[in-house]
Amino acid sequence: MSAAHRRLLEAVLPPAATFVLTTAAAEFGIRAAGISPLLLPTPSAVVRAALQHASTLLPALAMTAQAVVIGLSMSIAVGLLVAIALSTSRWVERAFYPYAIFFQIVPIVAIAPLLVIWFGYGMRAVVAAAFIVSVFPVIANSLAGLLSVDPALRDLFRLYGASRAATLWKLSLPWALPNVLTGLRIAAGLAVIGAIVGEFVGGGGLGVVVLEAMRQQRTDLVFAAVLHAAALGLALFAAVNATSHFALRRWHSQEKDP
Amino acid sequence: MAASESQPAARGLAVSVRGARRVFRSAGEADVVAVDGVDLAIATGAFVAMLGPSGCGKSTLLRMIAGLDGPDAGEIEFGDGGDAPKNALAYVFQDAHLLPWRNVLDNVALPLELQGRAPSERRNAAQRAIEQVGLADAARRHPAQLSGGMRMRVSLARALVTEPRLLLLDEPFAALDEITRQELDDQLRALWATTGMTVLFVTHSIAEAAFLAERAVVLTRRPARVVLEHALDLPAQRDAALRGDARFARETRVLYEALQTS
Repeated sequence: MSAAHRRLLEAVLPPAATFVLTTAAAEFGIRAAGISPLLLPTPSAVVRAALQHASTLLPALAMTAQAVVIGLSMSIAVGLLVAIALSTSRWVERAFYPYAIFFQIVPIVAIAPLLVIWFGYGMRAVVAAAFIVSVFPVIANSLAGLLSVDPALRDLFRLYGASRAATLWKLSLPWALPNVLTGLRIAAGLAVIGAIVGEFVGGGGLGVVVLEAMRQQRTDLVFAAVLHAAALGLALFAAVNATSHFALRRWHSQEKDP
Repeated sequence: MAASESQPAARGLAVSVRGARRVFRSAGEADVVAVDGVDLAIATGAFVAMLGPSGCGKSTLLRMIAGLDGPDAGEIEFGDGGDAPKNALAYVFQDAHLLPWRNVLDNVALPLELQGRAPSERRNAAQRAIEQVGLADAARRHPAQLSGGMRMRVSLARALVTEPRLLLLDEPFAALDEITRQELDDQLRALWATTGMTVLFVTHSIAEAAFLAERAVVLTRRPARVVLEHALDLPAQRDAALRGDARFARETRVLYEALQTS
């Protein structure tokens, strides 16, 4: 067995074992305790509901995924631009950064109806909800990265007469990349939450499946929908991690501090 | 010593510092006078070591010469007078300060890239500079894959790539082990001899100053003032044997005594 195989096995085996054990424990525990399926369905019942309603769940998942990906893309674009603008001068940062925090503290559940009023029912309100909850981590982390650029390297760029654009493009942005990716990792999970909440009010996707199933007292289907949403968050997280690993593979062990 | 055939000999650039003063002010704290009334004349093509205790303001002086910081009073002039000609200066920091996402070749080519030179020209010049510091085999490697000494060589190559007329070095090899440091000292001295550039080397090591330079300038503790300007009476050909030579011992004693009184 090669070292790479063994590392992979070491990474996968423990969580997989935990998963199998807890699922089995839940299955037998719920049956033995005689808990009503309305309160807590067994894992096997959840899987049955997922298979039975696959024709509802999968299109709903696709719809939610679309809203999340669009919202998250907007967060990256807007978040990076805002962070760049804030990093240009201390005064701009002081004047506007407190208001960027608005995105962090806004209770998405409370303003979701407002988004429907502005954007109407459907995808646009859902995308807006996903965007609003996910943009702040991108701004905050990117800004931290842009402001942490090694002063000696700034001096070096100045010495050779680099333009502001060249300094941004060839120094600040690549320097901030690890921070941007950290922000993105947080934003990915939040975007899924934002989209589901948006769908509760604006309609469509897994959010509506959850509401409908709740109304019909199909707790197993609620669980199935929640698992789909969790899978979506996990997939995004894995995608960001893969990007991060690929983009930063050459940086390893290089100290960032001056 | 003959200039190498592939590279035209870069001509050195003279520097004159007159009455340079720099004060750092910060709210709620007493002003710190880092440099006060420093006069310094560095001839074209000279190798000058600037020696002083840690934190004495010698880095501040070097930064002012590089144009990275402005003096509060006094003048710094280059050549026959006036500002430094475009692209004539290069600066080597205390640590390598490389871009971790670029390989050695692209790190070394960076200054030319910022100056807007053509890609083929950048590549050739970077390759040449990498060979000059003995890193030809590592051109495609990234900083994280290099030792501290190799990174410092890359940093030196990055400074040499523009064929500077004045090379400023701020305690560049202080963080390296003794053997690597002596190797780099040898290399720097050889590069100076072949290119004819002016070198101003800041250090707190007496032995390094004596081994490298033609002239040594000893500065006082903060605020930095010149206490000794001394032409080192040592042979032009410097090698390991010189470190055990009586003349070397005598010159280091002169510098040591000047540092003591500072």
